[in-house]
Amino acid sequence: MSDETHDAVHRHPAPTSFIRKYIFSLDHKVIGIQYIILALVAVLVGMTMSVLMRMNLSWPGTNWPILGTLFPGGAPDGMMTPEFYLSLVTMHGTIMVFFVLTTAPQGGFGNYFLPIQIGAEDMAFPVLNMLSFWVTLVGFIVILAAIFYSGAESTVGPIGGWTAYAPLSALPNSGPGQGLGMNLWIISIAIFCVGSLLGALNFITTLLNMRTRGMSLMRMPLTCWAWFTTAVLALLSFPVLLGGGILLLLDRVAGTSFFIPGGLYVSGVLAGTSPNFPPHTGGSPILWQHLFWFFGHPEVYIAILPGMGATSHILSTFARKPVFGYRAMVFAIFAIGLLGFFVWGHHMFISGMSPYSAMTFSILTLSIGVPSAVKTFNWLGTLWGAKIRFSTPMLFAIGFVSLFVAGGITGLVLGQTSLDLPMHDTYFVPAHFHLVMGVASIFGMFAALYFWFPKMFGRFMHEGMGKLHFWITFIGVYCIFVPMHTMGMVGMPRRFAQFTEYEFLASLHPLVVFVSISAIVTVLAQFLFYFNVVWSIFKGKKASDNPWEATTLEWITTSPPPHDNFAGILPTVYRGPYEFAVPGAPNDYLMQTEPEPGEHPAEVGGNGHNGHKH
Amino acid sequence: MGRALAVIIWILTLGSVSLFFVKKWWFPTAISSHAPALDQQFLITIIVVGLSFTAAQVGLGYMVWKYRDRGQTERALYSHGSNRLEVVWTIVTAVIFIGLAVMGQSVWASLHFNQPPADAFKIEVVAQQFQWNFHYTGKDGVFGRTDPGLIDDSALNFIGLDETDPNAKDDAVHSVIAIPSGRPVELILRSKDVIHNFWVPQLRFKQDLVPGMAIRVHFTANRPGKYELACAELCGQLHFKMRSFMLVLPEDEHTALMGLPQDQFQTRMTELLAKYPLPTN
Repeated sequence: MSDETHDAVHRHPAPTSFIRKYIFSLDHKVIGIQYIILALVAVLVGMTMSVLMRMNLSWPGTNWPILGTLFPGGAPDGMMTPEFYLSLVTMHGTIMVFFVLTTAPQGGFGNYFLPIQIGAEDMAFPVLNMLSFWVTLVGFIVILAAIFYSGAESTVGPIGGWTAYAPLSALPNSGPGQGLGMNLWIISIAIFCVGSLLGALNFITTLLNMRTRGMSLMRMPLTCWAWFTTAVLALLSFPVLLGGGILLLLDRVAGTSFFIPGGLYVSGVLAGTSPNFPPHTGGSPILWQHLFWFFGHPEVYIAILPGMGATSHILSTFARKPVFGYRAMVFAIFAIGLLGFFVWGHHMFISGMSPYSAMTFSILTLSIGVPSAVKTFNWLGTLWGAKIRFSTPMLFAIGFVSLFVAGGITGLVLGQTSLDLPMHDTYFVPAHFHLVMGVASIFGMFAALYFWFPKMFGRFMHEGMGKLHFWITFIGVYCIFVPMHTMGMVGMPRRFAQFTEYEFLASLHPLVVFVSISAIVTVLAQFLFYFNVVWSIFKGKKASDNPWEATTLEWITTSPPPHDNFAGILPTVYRGPYEFAVPGAPNDYLMQTEPEPGEHPAEVGGNGHNGHKH
Repeated sequence: MGRALAVIIWILTLGSVSLFFVKKWWFPTAISSHAPALDQQFLITIIVVGLSFTAAQVGLGYMVWKYRDRGQTERALYSHGSNRLEVVWTIVTAVIFIGLAVMGQSVWASLHFNQPPADAFKIEVVAQQFQWNFHYTGKDGVFGRTDPGLIDDSALNFIGLDETDPNAKDDAVHSVIAIPSGRPVELILRSKDVIHNFWVPQLRFKQDLVPGMAIRVHFTANRPGKYELACAELCGQLHFKMRSFMLVLPEDEHTALMGLPQDQFQTRMTELLAKYPLPTN
């Protein structure tokens, strides 16, 4: 690509109208903020659902008059029905995984900071970027529609869980919420897949083609490596989910049988004997699981990799010390991304899949723990000999490390074929993945927001509120998710609307209540965070261009950056991203744009893009 | 701040680990022949997990405590890492993690790669929303023919048993599974509608029942008693109520039960269900 066409592609004048500036914006920074706002709205919905679920689990049979008023069908007289509970399970998972953990880390922070950190004026394809956000938003609106139009009044969506296992998901007559609600769910996910694909293409192209002079790959901040690998994962995994979703929809509306075997007898009706139940035959329910988890496992890394990148970045900045083992960190990100495609079968050990392939998947799964452990060691190495400044972003980054270890390490249990026999589908599993892909990822995003907020809005978030938010959330999530491991060991199955039916679960009741109270307290603390965000945009302490004394390119421009990021002069990069505590340097940090004494720009190595104007 | 964070990390670590140490909440007593090896593997794994978790958290707390900015003039250590350390910890974790994965295969292999002995007690399991149906061969040891076209829930023919088949004459269908103690059991798992999962915590065993498939699994239970059977795969609205029992009977009691004609079989099952209490742990 020549420099001229390149410029023509990504250059666009600053918009003047409100609509082009803030609504249908082509500016990656505005689009990034739009993604973050979407995630902030979505996480509120998902979080509220989790509180409703906890209330039902701890105090089953209680009348909550407010619930009865809001959901007369789902909670007649204020008492939650099992199908209402299961629709909450489904929608909580779907909204959190897709519209929170896949939007804010990548579409949000990645969009805003990847171009700036590599010294580009914008994404490679600004229009595509705008489209990817708006497509994703349409997906969100459709999933909200599933809440209100799920067919049966008694649910707020389908009841089959976010994994939508066929044939429960493929048969409209398999339960309440499985009619129109399920169709809307599939359509929403399909739309979301398209939005993510557009975004992924943009990220990959931008990173490969638009790095500024001197920004060689190995001089990129680790955040950029994480966003890049995430985009590759999204590019390769979302099409599979999209394809699977289309097949599932066809099974439901066109009478095909990709996932539906013959001879089913559902709700008193034999397949083929009623116009509403076509004569399905020959499909495989396990095929859906393969397609879903081929996407679903990389998705876990799509959620966590950006958090890992942000954590590395923030730990180094506030430790005032270079990242320990930068190269090893890059290789570890790659190893996780690559291995992430070969472990999906560990979700399916007991599905009826071949027990021989289960063995292979098990060994590959525990192998993926190795690069994860390498990252942890390097984070600890970064802190070793440091001079740590405990700002709120640093607290959340340290919290990320702690939670990533706490959640990740139990993968050693779940990844083993034999141990999966007692553990599969018990609370041990939600305990594991909530800590690692849920809470750790969210901590990465909290760290990122507290860290970059001064750059994005020119003002700090309030430190006092931020720290209080951290303490409550950090302690809270441990209290919520650690006891769930022991529930799993006792044998408590997931996705039960109530635990009252089984005697072997009775002894767990105190733990269940403890978890629910912890959850409610933790959720309440998040309102402090929301308040802090809004308050700080208007009233926060003014921030300078480089308030954290950091080294990467986003800190050489103004806060907030101008429309083209660097006011017309793209920076030249002379050194790696984390040059803190360099002996002999005037400050304890050296900007990436700081030349070596006597070095001429023309001598700068690296294979970055040279097409900027001078 | 650094010291407070370190202390909180250590307290949370201590709290988390002690939850596994006090054993107030732990696995129920196992009743299957493969369970001791599995519990042993769990114990080894959870010790490795606990040690790694504790080491990482204590280390994190230590760094946070020791290397806080105390206002000193010296800068932090200028280090980009150590290739030797990278190699060491990569190899060490690879050996431990992959070693665990390999060790974790033995129970799995014993259950899934061996055929059940020819004299195993065979029973067909037909799950449906939200009910378990267990198909007993009766005296002849042969399952009567079944056909989805014959299923009629309203007539209580839940599994579509063909009454005209001579082999079906002595077959019994019941919502409770009764198996012999100390003798291998082979389950033939089917589902009529959606995916279910056969889950008895004391067995340390779980398997999906997938419509369109007949999945054969085997195990040996060796402690007579009555145990709760749950569905562990989300199967719809009343998933949480899809409960039944597994009776593990001394071999002679079980043989006598299997020899009974259908009507007496039902009565005897009711008696046996009343006879055995649920385990207390």
